[in-house]
Amino acid sequence: MTERTVKKSIKELSPLDVYKLLPRITPPCAECGEKNCMAFAVKAVTREVALEKCAPLLTEKYKAEYAQLRDLLAPPVKEITVGIGDRSVKIGGKAVQYRHEFTYHNPAPIAIDIADEMSDTQILERVKAIEGFRYNYIGRILKLDMIAVRSSSNDPSRFGAVVQKVAESTTLPLILCSFNPEVIEAGLKTVYTNRPLIYAATENNWSKMAELALKYDCPLVVHVSEDLRMLKSLVKTLVEYGVEDLVLDPGTFVGKGLASTINNFTMIRRSACGGDKLLGFPILGASIAAWKERTEPKELLMWEEACLASILLSRYADVLVMHSLEGWVILPNTIWRFNLYTDPSKPVSVEAGLKIFGAPNEDSPVMITTNYALTFFTVESDIRSANIDCFLIVVDTGGLSVESSVAGRYLTAEIITEVLRKSGIEEKVKHRYLIIPGLAARLSGEIEQLSGWQVLVGPRDSSGIPTFLKDRWPPKKE
Amino acid sequence: MANNNRNQEDKGASIKLGPKILDLLRKIGEIELENVEINAEEIEIWIPSLSPAILQQVPPSPEIVRGKPTEILKAEFKPPIQTYSGKILEVKLGATKSEGGSRGKTLTIGGERSPAFYLFEETQLNPPIVSVDVFDTEVSLPKSIRTHVQEVLGDPAAWAKLAVDKFNADAVTVHLVSTDPLIKNASARDAARTIEQVLQAVDVPIIVGGCGDPKKDVEVFQKVSEVAAKERVMLSSLTPDMAEAGILGDVCKAAKDNGHVVLAFTALDLNRAKELNRRLYEFLPKESIVMDLTTAALGYGLEYSFSIHERARLAALAGDNELQHPTLSGTTNAWAAREAWMKMGAEWEPRELRGPIWETVTALVLLLAGVDIFMMMHPAAIRTVKDVIKNISGLSHTRREDTDWISIRM
Repeated sequence: MTERTVKKSIKELSPLDVYKLLPRITPPCAECGEKNCMAFAVKAVTREVALEKCAPLLTEKYKAEYAQLRDLLAPPVKEITVGIGDRSVKIGGKAVQYRHEFTYHNPAPIAIDIADEMSDTQILERVKAIEGFRYNYIGRILKLDMIAVRSSSNDPSRFGAVVQKVAESTTLPLILCSFNPEVIEAGLKTVYTNRPLIYAATENNWSKMAELALKYDCPLVVHVSEDLRMLKSLVKTLVEYGVEDLVLDPGTFVGKGLASTINNFTMIRRSACGGDKLLGFPILGASIAAWKERTEPKELLMWEEACLASILLSRYADVLVMHSLEGWVILPNTIWRFNLYTDPSKPVSVEAGLKIFGAPNEDSPVMITTNYALTFFTVESDIRSANIDCFLIVVDTGGLSVESSVAGRYLTAEIITEVLRKSGIEEKVKHRYLIIPGLAARLSGEIEQLSGWQVLVGPRDSSGIPTFLKDRWPPKKE
Repeated sequence: MANNNRNQEDKGASIKLGPKILDLLRKIGEIELENVEINAEEIEIWIPSLSPAILQQVPPSPEIVRGKPTEILKAEFKPPIQTYSGKILEVKLGATKSEGGSRGKTLTIGGERSPAFYLFEETQLNPPIVSVDVFDTEVSLPKSIRTHVQEVLGDPAAWAKLAVDKFNADAVTVHLVSTDPLIKNASARDAARTIEQVLQAVDVPIIVGGCGDPKKDVEVFQKVSEVAAKERVMLSSLTPDMAEAGILGDVCKAAKDNGHVVLAFTALDLNRAKELNRRLYEFLPKESIVMDLTTAALGYGLEYSFSIHERARLAALAGDNELQHPTLSGTTNAWAAREAWMKMGAEWEPRELRGPIWETVTALVLLLAGVDIFMMMHPAAIRTVKDVIKNISGLSHTRREDTDWISIRM
């Protein structure tokens, strides 16, 4: 393996590069479901279709082309699978350094730690809490993904027993953490068929850890603090040893060390995207480091961990080990992770117009909002989860939220009056009551004057819509 | 020159997948591809798009029989340093006595020659700063913020003093909300008096925030510019709406004549940001322009803000001279997210921490994207962001103990 092979990045790759390696059978066999090889090539480049969909390519005849194509389309950051079956997680697989270049893949799994010196009750409670974490964010359920069992005891039999206990009570993928190969093996013996991630090989234990990774066929984290040359050397050694599935840990430091942590993560990712294969592996971030030898009040350490986690997620961590399980620490980070991994080309505004929810009739409520994507998705999710039958008028505010568009005069009484006329709502309902967002309350008098509709000032946040309608709809005649 | 600008614009505005294939397809009639025959019909179906992808595995390297290494094989590592043709302009806020103002000290932002905190490439010249929000009238504030400013509500001068003395504000932003025709419609003269009072109460640089109504803001900014002459305040903000209404020149002239800085605001759209900057260049020196590209709250569009700031900064460093301005984040917008202020179940408590962590995370993410100045409110968020800036603005070379979190006993 050369350290610096110049390969086209995903931004430079053209469908022609792929096309010329495809079978190009005439007439097209269309076994993949596409019209022809060019259509297939286009989708392969944008990663909409997997190469394996092309049946002829998988035959002996095209073995060389298949291998070439796999190499051509492989992301600069290798994708590593931890766990098996339904509950496995994928780590890495990033095609680019910056989010705006191409959708980031494989949202960084968040692993919560369990120490082997915790009591059985503590362990079971913690597993339950990790599995039970749920948050409904604009219609998507956010969850935690993994458990990192760490050996604070450094006692193999204790670790083995705790790993077994954890594995019996959860199907979440595991990270087994110790620098002692004997401890790791004690854990691996009971759970290796579940393909846990081993943490970690170091300058001191690498050959024993490599043996374990090979023997039990599990992925391995390589840990060298703040020395990328040594980290890379160790990767080179392990790859040569035959361990192919690696994760990199250059160390997570807090306080004054945070600058170097950010720089190390950034240098690794930029090098990988520039073609450095030895650094082309996922990065492990450990916000749990905020808890190291600290005597401050717990809330402060949680606070620090919440901040550190968001920094690591933003600067290229592909998997994150955390200790805090408090909702206010986890929530901002699971939401930010969700956001970071969305399609960057998704527009900031949605189509304006009249939207219909459920099966509204001529007596159903009429509400109004703006076409900023997040405003619309939030309102939409709140209406749907409460199963409300209603009409929602989405005003084109140039993608501004309610507050900004009222302040900047993109949502005015004049504009609302015009939209009411043009939307066709006046034919759909027989009443003339308009529910406006609480944040647009100051427009209500003017709207009534100009449009002839009566205004009901709704809640400031759309989560209040169900209660609002229960109390105020149908409106009482004055 | 015009041509050059156009190229830069293309680069800045559209960093998309596969730009090269477009050129290639355009010229398809003229070129011969090595050993490839394509018929025209096949080409038409190629539509550039960014789509959810199915990524593929690196193929296992061919089996080579080799001995297992017995010692660590040395590899070389060179920091992946790039060179940038562009540089961010430095903008100075505030003016001291010797400069004709009355500030205790001035602040300089910008000047970056590489992406944010890429210390392996460049040292951080001017660390980002925090300006604390102050309102000239009673506004509705989330409870966890209100607690900290209860005593000074409605008194912008006292509030500004609190922000500097207690919250360690680098600068203060006075939001003249009372001037909004839909709220109190306070006069430009009243607004100017408020600014004078704040200038007397504190000696840090001042940012003057309008109400959002373009016409009223121009009127207020003109008056404020005069009474605060030579103080080098920043007017927040100048918008494309002012340009459309034909009143941008008026406010720019007032800013220039009195030596102030302006904040150019656009809503998550780099092309509009560039367009507005071009209009501003007609009236103002480039060193007096800061950009606000819009800050959306965490959970409420922060990813758009994050990517637009990264794009703007990378384009600027690559040479786009219409984006080479320092940037500002209205981080207080974080409180627009329901998770920041709403009462939720017991498992999400305490709200007193959930709110400020929302503001903090919103700031940290944008700090990493290159923002130079943050408008903030909650004292805990302000302190944390200032601490993080201090910690990541310089590499500390003292040898640290290895980060062993495996053995921590909580």
